[in-house]
Amino acid sequence: MRETEVLKMVSGVRRVELRRWVDLGWVLPEKRSGELWFREIDIARLRLVREIRRDMAIAEEGVPTVLSLMDQVYGLRKELRRLAEAVEAQPGQVKKAIAQHMRER
Amino acid sequence: MAKDPYEVLGVARDASADEIRKAYRKLAKENHPDLKPGDPDAQARFLEAQAANDIIGKKEKRARFDRGEIDAEGHERAEQPSYRHYAEAGTDHPYHSADGYADMGDAFSDLFRHAQAGGRTVRMRGGDVRYMFDVDFLDAAQGTKSRITMPDGKTLDLAIPAGLRDGQVLRLKGKGAPGLGGGPAGDALVTVHVRPHSLFHRHGNDIHFELPVALYEAVLGAKVRVPTIDGPVTMNIPKGSNTGGRLRLKGKGVPGGKSGGRGDQHVTLRVVLPDESDAELETFLEDWSKRHNYDPRSGMEA
Repeated sequence: MRETEVLKMVSGVRRVELRRWVDLGWVLPEKRSGELWFREIDIARLRLVREIRRDMAIAEEGVPTVLSLMDQVYGLRKELRRLAEAVEAQPGQVKKAIAQHMRER
Repeated sequence: MAKDPYEVLGVARDASADEIRKAYRKLAKENHPDLKPGDPDAQARFLEAQAANDIIGKKEKRARFDRGEIDAEGHERAEQPSYRHYAEAGTDHPYHSADGYADMGDAFSDLFRHAQAGGRTVRMRGGDVRYMFDVDFLDAAQGTKSRITMPDGKTLDLAIPAGLRDGQVLRLKGKGAPGLGGGPAGDALVTVHVRPHSLFHRHGNDIHFELPVALYEAVLGAKVRVPTIDGPVTMNIPKGSNTGGRLRLKGKGVPGGKSGGRGDQHVTLRVVLPDESDAELETFLEDWSKRHNYDPRSGMEA
């Protein structure tokens, strides 16, 4: 999605703000033939940044830390879910052994 | 997309159920197809009013519409997927971070190796950090180097350029918050306040200074020592000088930096009598005033 369409879709974000957030690396759209191209995740990320700045009133200096922590948590959650799926796929004996181990430690 | 039902019925957002019902009945009567056969506009208005009444004419639906859960056509509004929805969906997006488990030991990182290979690290520039700093008048005028200690105990070396103005902001590149994922650090922005000086006052690049002179120096003329921001210099007080008389020390002002050359020091004279009354001076002036009458207030109308 192009910048202009993004601005129409995400209310309350001005063009200068959007550009600054891209410059700061908070939102990472692709560059397609010299134009910024926003994927769905970029738009969701833009909404998140807007909420962090507006609704949570977090100062600009604090935003990278917040974003980084969120991305770490989401990265962890994703891997945790994969791990749980991997455990789930094991034979009953193995699952039991793992559950036993987790209770004891 | 259908129009806002409140607009269609011409009622306020906080209209009572009764008001809504009356507004709908009025529109329905005016535009009913049986009463206005063959009028397509009326029919459209009738259908519109009916659709609007379907939503805000019913207590439950109206509440859901007000909360944004359904749209003007009564359809469930698709919830906008949260950032987390996308962030957790895969590792092949630029925001993916493996930092949360990067240091969890070999067995664990082996399991997740593919994930780390998949994601790019986000590079983010660190934020700018603001500081305040007070500097003495003479240090700001002449330029100086200063070291400030930041809240985290680190120090910053600050070069105060000669002629720095009160409130000027110095930017120290890369001395702000550290970047993330190898991104560059932000800048430190130091707002410098210049403390006022008891003798020197700055106007642009000029220094204004008031010089007390003795009665005899003013009357007879003298060479006196005058402080400047570079240290004292000798200045000639011309014979017959008076309080308020202005002299100029060229080039003894503040360096102009990019905006131009150095300013001047303007010296305003103030004639000062001796601290204690002096019998000899009184006798002399009594005698003198009899023969040299002058009125310093001539032309002053009370």
